Amino acid sequence: MDTTVNIEQQGGDEVKKTTCYMCACRCGIKVTLRDGKVRYIEGNPDHPLNKGVLCAKGASGIMKQNSPGRLTKPLLRRANSVRGEAKFDEISWDRAFQIMEERLSKIRAEDPKKFALFTGRDQMQALTGMFAKQFGTPNYAAHGGFCSVNMAAGMIYTIGGSFWEFGGPDLERAKLFIMIGTAEDHHSNPMKIALSKFKRDGGRFISINPIRTGYSAIADEWVPIKPGTDGALIMALNHELIKNGLYDREFLIDYTNAPELVNLNEKSSENGMFVRREVPEEEGCFEPQNKLWWSGKEDKAVFTRTPDADPRLLGGFQLEDGTDVKPSFQLLKERLEEYTPEWAAGITGIPAETIRRLAYEMGVTARDQKIELPIQWTDTWGKEHDTVTGNPVAFHAMRGLAAHSNGFQSIRALSILMTLLGTIDRPGGFRHKAPFPRPIPPCAKPPKGPEAVQPNTPLDGMPLGWPADPDDLFVDDKGEPVRLDKAFSWEYPLSVHGLMHNAITNAWRGDPYKIDTMLLFMANMAWNSSMNTEDARMMLADKDENGEYKIPFLIVADAYFSETVAFADLVLPDTTYLERHDAMSMLDRPISEFDGPADSVRIPVVPPKGDCKPFQDVLVEMGTRLGLPAFVNKDGGRKYRDYPDFIINFETEPDSGIGFLSGWRGKGGEKFMRGEPNPRQWEMYEKNNCVYHHKLPKSFQYMRNWNKGYLNWAHAHGLTKYEEPINIHIYSEVLQKFRLAAQGKNPGGRVPPERLRKRVETYFDPLPFYHEPLESQLVDTQSYPLNALTQRPMAMYHSWDSQNAWLRQIHTHNYMFVNPRTAQAQQIGDGDWMWAESAHGKVRCMCRYSEAVEPGTVWTWNAIGKASGSWGLSPKANESQKGFLLNHLISEELPACEAGTHLSNSDPITGQAAWYDVRVKIYKAGADEPKQSYPQFKPVKAVPGMPTKVSNVVARVFGFGKR
Amino acid sequence: MAQLALVIDLNVCVGCHACVTSCKEWNTAGAAGPMTDQSAYDKDPTGTFFNRVQTYEAGTFPNTETIHFPKSCLHCEDPPCVPVCPTGASYKRKEDGIVLVDYDKCIGCKYCSWACPYGAREFDEEQKVMKKCTLCVDRIYDLNKPEEERLPACVMSCPTSARLFGDVHDPESDVSIAIRERAGYQLMPEWSTHPANHYLPRRKTTMNIHQDELIRADNPLKKEGLLSDLPSDKQTLDETTSW
Amino acid sequence: MHPAFSVIFLTTLIGAGQGLFLALFTGQVYSLLDFIPAQDHQTFYGLGSFLALFLMAGGLIASFFHLGHPERAWRSMAMWRTSWLSREVIVLPIFMFFLALYGLIHYMQWTQPLFHLSASIPVDASLLVGFVATFVALVLFVCTGMIYACLKFLQEWHSPLTVLNFTLLGSASGFTLATVFAAYTAPDLLAFYLNWALILTVLAAVGRGASLLRNAKLRGRSTPQTAIGVRHTKVVQKSQGSMGGSFNTREFFHGKSELVVRNMRTLFLLLVFPLPIAFLLIGQANDSAVVLVAAFVLQYVGLIAERWFFFAEAKHPQNLYYQQIS
Ligand SMILES: Nc1nc2c(c(=O)[nH]1)N[C@H]1C(S)=C(S)[C@@H](COP(=O)(O)OP(=O)(O)OC[C@H]3O[C@@H](n4cnc5c(=O)[nH]c(N)nc54)[C@H](O)[C@@H]3O)O[C@H]1N2
Ligand SMILES: Nc1nc2c(c(=O)[nH]1)N[C@H]1C(S)=C(S)[C@@H](COP(=O)(O)OP(=O)(O)OC[C@H]3O[C@@H](n4cnc5c(=O)[nH]c(N)nc54)[C@H](O)[C@@H]3O)O[C@H]1N2
Ligand code: SF4
Ligand code: SF4
Ligand code: SF4
Ligand code: SF4
Ligand code: SF4
Ligand SMILES: [Mo]
Repeated sequence: MDTTVNIEQQGGDEVKKTTCYMCACRCGIKVTLRDGKVRYIEGNPDHPLNKGVLCAKGASGIMKQNSPGRLTKPLLRRANSVRGEAKFDEISWDRAFQIMEERLSKIRAEDPKKFALFTGRDQMQALTGMFAKQFGTPNYAAHGGFCSVNMAAGMIYTIGGSFWEFGGPDLERAKLFIMIGTAEDHHSNPMKIALSKFKRDGGRFISINPIRTGYSAIADEWVPIKPGTDGALIMALNHELIKNGLYDREFLIDYTNAPELVNLNEKSSENGMFVRREVPEEEGCFEPQNKLWWSGKEDKAVFTRTPDADPRLLGGFQLEDGTDVKPSFQLLKERLEEYTPEWAAGITGIPAETIRRLAYEMGVTARDQKIELPIQWTDTWGKEHDTVTGNPVAFHAMRGLAAHSNGFQSIRALSILMTLLGTIDRPGGFRHKAPFPRPIPPCAKPPKGPEAVQPNTPLDGMPLGWPADPDDLFVDDKGEPVRLDKAFSWEYPLSVHGLMHNAITNAWRGDPYKIDTMLLFMANMAWNSSMNTEDARMMLADKDENGEYKIPFLIVADAYFSETVAFADLVLPDTTYLERHDAMSMLDRPISEFDGPADSVRIPVVPPKGDCKPFQDVLVEMGTRLGLPAFVNKDGGRKYRDYPDFIINFETEPDSGIGFLSGWRGKGGEKFMRGEPNPRQWEMYEKNNCVYHHKLPKSFQYMRNWNKGYLNWAHAHGLTKYEEPINIHIYSEVLQKFRLAAQGKNPGGRVPPERLRKRVETYFDPLPFYHEPLESQLVDTQSYPLNALTQRPMAMYHSWDSQNAWLRQIHTHNYMFVNPRTAQAQQIGDGDWMWAESAHGKVRCMCRYSEAVEPGTVWTWNAIGKASGSWGLSPKANESQKGFLLNHLISEELPACEAGTHLSNSDPITGQAAWYDVRVKIYKAGADEPKQSYPQFKPVKAVPGMPTKVSNVVARVFGFGKR
Repeated sequence: MAQLALVIDLNVCVGCHACVTSCKEWNTAGAAGPMTDQSAYDKDPTGTFFNRVQTYEAGTFPNTETIHFPKSCLHCEDPPCVPVCPTGASYKRKEDGIVLVDYDKCIGCKYCSWACPYGAREFDEEQKVMKKCTLCVDRIYDLNKPEEERLPACVMSCPTSARLFGDVHDPESDVSIAIRERAGYQLMPEWSTHPANHYLPRRKTTMNIHQDELIRADNPLKKEGLLSDLPSDKQTLDETTSW
Repeated sequence: MHPAFSVIFLTTLIGAGQGLFLALFTGQVYSLLDFIPAQDHQTFYGLGSFLALFLMAGGLIASFFHLGHPERAWRSMAMWRTSWLSREVIVLPIFMFFLALYGLIHYMQWTQPLFHLSASIPVDASLLVGFVATFVALVLFVCTGMIYACLKFLQEWHSPLTVLNFTLLGSASGFTLATVFAAYTAPDLLAFYLNWALILTVLAAVGRGASLLRNAKLRGRSTPQTAIGVRHTKVVQKSQGSMGGSFNTREFFHGKSELVVRNMRTLFLLLVFPLPIAFLLIGQANDSAVVLVAAFVLQYVGLIAERWFFFAEAKHPQNLYYQQIS
């Protein structure tokens, strides 16, 4: 290269801005095009989320666009071919729509719940959820149930907000940061930007994780923990904090239910509920301010918020009517009594001194390094504050906590830990992101019974919602589930994101009923998003006595030749993120920042490849054809041309002024959050880096659970229905209500079926507690002594990226990482082939020694292993020959127990898939065994529309470089 | 004379590989022409990269450090790869110290790669010439780019800002200050190649809590009447001695 | 290092070619001094030189297989001031030129004395050209050897022994070949060449043995610690950043087990030294040209193994960065 002339003339290049979708993070990108082709993708420096940086995936987007694994034609399973064989005929979109219209209109007229719509790690839940509701089926869910619903629910039911899209650690001002069970790339770029700045500013970073990689690698201290035991650790931390008085008493009194008095009268149906004063109860999803404190000054019960009452947090008292009461904080303290560091040390593997020290570090930092910002604000009770205080200890936690069957209670414990330290929506602590905080629980409710599902009628209620008491469950008269996945039933009452991981098994078994058509969008259910993958594949292809498929019709909307596509009857080829309009809506998971709401869009930079069609357009078209009310005019005619048109013109209710996008509303784009449709909304987003970001005034940016100004603002702009304060639930009455029902103390109300009573009573504890993960309770942990985990690697997004020529060079197959001590005990050498076996299944894989993993844990990268021939890869590709999927070891159902024979392997409260509960043993593979991963599946071949022969030299194919 | 270089902060590098693929992407699309891949969708995919991120473990459990270690050409001040090149295709620019390969002159004899102790050069199996990090010479001087974008692609993309770029001969540059103040070091100093690229080591922030900090006058337990004024109920001299 | 066959053939073929020429010219000088009988210009020196030239050309052709862009090979002469490779590229054709000239003079019998040295020693053009060619041959040995010896972090190569061994091994194989050649074309020189072949083979064995001993004691100056600059007693690579391999995993490591490497060493130690010596002696004793041919073939095959080992033995410090995938 002659460097004197190598300054490239970029004049002819065109640069377009849009939003990355190589993962769920949604960074802003600038795409350079030459001759209409993508040439180069870089971060958009003006984007609030990534500020110009990218990640490995984002910078490889071009290879995704050019992937040989892309689907380009609608496909129909060839007559006489079998599901899984991937033999298809190319069809037209007209035909595809016709097939769907016939089938779906019939279902809708007869029994809408026979149509099930499940979506994976998508960003279109506002649309897909609405489509399902309009169709009238309750059988809709997205990835949340198998992803991290425990995190969402555990925190939202406690503090009204959660991590990731809904809130996060304020690392800009934190002094101490504790990251729990977060792998490599969670909240990818924003987290990395913040983490490095935090470290540079001298912050102390502690990571609690069985494994030290990714983010944990740069932690100042790594605290290895045994999987599934964080609840024990956090309870012990809480124990120490309270024991040493290292809690923020003022915060607890002012902003939580810690001082509120709980009725201890065992005989009362109000037992374990807060004592309420008699005031007319207003209906609404907020908490009336009608509870009692015990005034330390007057030594008697007073109404909450009585000025100068100096309420007691500790002690036991008796009301005038003789009822024994205690502040809920006292109950918490009593609960924590047994959770000593010594006790936790035995469970977690963390020395007691370390646990104590961690508690002291947290407590002392929160107390002594307070931040006082000169920001005036007014609380909901009208009290003016001159400053905003921060106790700069921040936490972040993800699926390491969530993906265990004890996750909900562990996360409750964590939320309480954060609350004890006084760090909620304060500088340096946890901060909310709009539209959070929400009321506890949020207002949306699932339907209440089978009658909500009616032919040719939208569902009465939201397919997913937030039960506040047993009345909100979605069950029939016998207390049995109405939904296919059994969400919101007594089995998993607070399964607020559904249980997608059981949908296939339930549909196959016909339990609770058979369905007709299943539509999977962006979900690789025949591979990495199913537990028990081998059987899931079997069930998808299984036939009944009459030779009919047990799941009669399967539609898959995907952009790539994934493992699931092979099982489809009808394949809908989607566009890529560079080819379509998308809206990351305030109605779903927006990209809001701590300082205010933000949503964003994608705008196509290149035309769709082949006959690809944006799935949103498909939904709008189907909604129109089926005459779903939201998609048609009064006369039944077409209301929206396509998705972009829908985005502009759709309003949640006529004239509500609320649509998918919050920016540039109103006729000329002069309004935000709420306003009439603006025909030029897309252009305005486009001009503004595809983002609408509303920065709140400083005084609205903190203490939002109780910030009068903010709550007024949120109400005025349609974010919330009520302006009431959102007090933190140290003690959860919601849980107690379910427990009372299980105890038979819910006269006239709903009660759990007999088999589930004990389960509900046990797990719906209003105070957090630690219990062994369910799988460990039910399998022989002596025989299966190890925990097996997965982690996401930074350079791969789930199963998406094996078709990416660059990324697959970084991870082309995976190893099982084993502590050398553990491996050597089984005579397994570094690099040897070995078996990992659970009570459920087994995999053959290769061993890699690692000193960065706790000896009781083995782990591998998630979803690197692939089925032979999928994704446009050669059948000999490393992914299928050496790579493996841990999912084969994980069962979607628990071993039969008294609570049921087909209970989901999930958290008993939320239905969160308990991926990380799986117990295994490992042993060396025999010398005579093939050096190939197990299980193997019959290779599939390219389908119509995919290149049949792929050149192996990539640059040439894509015409890079004219040399 | 200037010596441009990268300074890589191992204290914050999380090993995300963003620098790896953004380098690949820029240099495939940029003036240096494509960096090819072979067996791209088949067994053992391989290809040319200018920058790789590696992972090391130091120590034994539980005192393990996991180190992510990005490495590209270090633009040695005394580059052994240059004098050995028979064609002059490999050269070090006087004006900014960048070590480059002229692809039009290179005969692909690979000798320069033998002479690099760092394994920083990669042969392009398709184009049959030697390649290596160019320090994005076609970005950093590109006047068509806004000034703030005249940075190497890997530096632009690095989410943790672990990659600093600048002139290590200018004592006032960010990179020189970082090297000075944060004990920046060179790789394999034993070969006196004087790499221009430097690495910043890990630092540890620790905390010491004094026992006194746990027993304070404003302890909230006191408000509940729980904490006695005496921090301990152990014996005192009063009980054991009478003088 | 990964032993590339192009380079193995290049160095062994030209080594033998240079050696053969040196043998021819030694013979000419000796005969000139009347230590040995004179030989026919055409059949012995002429054909002998062409045989040497043939070996050189073979080496040259092999070397092209090593290049990504052989059509640009001419460019490699540019950097003779700094690059031993460049120097080799220049010296090699110069040598071939003089070798060809030398052969041509003999073949065309342009060997009328130009003048006489101390009356009895006639100096003809072949002698002058031969002297120049000898010098160039020795320079070529140095260039070839220095290509490897100058790389200081390839500690196994970075030694004068490398140059010495290239010279001795090349010469030994050349003299062995000359012995064979003499057996067919000039039986009266057989003993002369054979003795030299024995001497050079023994010397080469000493030189090569010395380098083996030296290398066995070498300790790599680079370690995982210096490679990444982390001072800790235990530093282990877990991932090299690319799983399907890269240029760095292909070029700098032989990819064979330790056993293969050790066997290769035993093999070359047998094939290059004791076996040819034995075959030479047996061939001589039994007056069997075929056995002598075998001696050369064994030695040449041995040299291929030796060169393979030469590469495989060299531990490139860059390998510290390419140890593990995961
Ligand atoms: N590059 C990349 N980024 C992604 C994704 C991706 O696929 N690739 N996926 C996105 C999605 S959908 C999600 S849900 C997020 C998930 O983000 P994470 O939750 O960070 O991802 P996981 O890979 O599930 O990692 C779980 C972590 O918890 C640890 N862990 C497991 N069990 C326990 C335990 O009992 N206690 C503790 N303390 N730790 C434990 C594991 O070692 C691991 O480090 O990442 C998102 N970001
Ligand atoms: N063992 C184990 N299993 C796990 C996890 C784990 O930690 N361990 N994590 C779980 C979690 S948290 C999650 S979120 C799930 C993720 O599970 P899924 O969301 O089901 O899986 P993905 O691999 O993300 O891919 C889904 C499909 O989306 C397709 N796709 C990609 N881009 C597009 C597009 O633009 N349009 C369309 N229509 N399709 C597209 C891909 O081709 C792929 O087939 O995996 C779960 N599975
Ligand atoms: S984190 Fe990476 S893949 Fe995800 S959106 Fe951002 S740039 Fe794209
Ligand atoms: S981009 Fe930055 S953080 Fe990521 S691997 Fe490269 S240097 Fe490290
Ligand atoms: S790192 Fe290697 S290639 Fe780069 S200048 Fe130094 S010796 Fe040359
Ligand atoms: S490969 Fe190219 S750059 Fe390297 S030494 Fe040979 S000619 Fe020079
Ligand atoms: S400076 Fe440019 S060429 Fe060098 S590693 Fe960074 S991106 Fe690649
Ligand atoms: Mo997820």
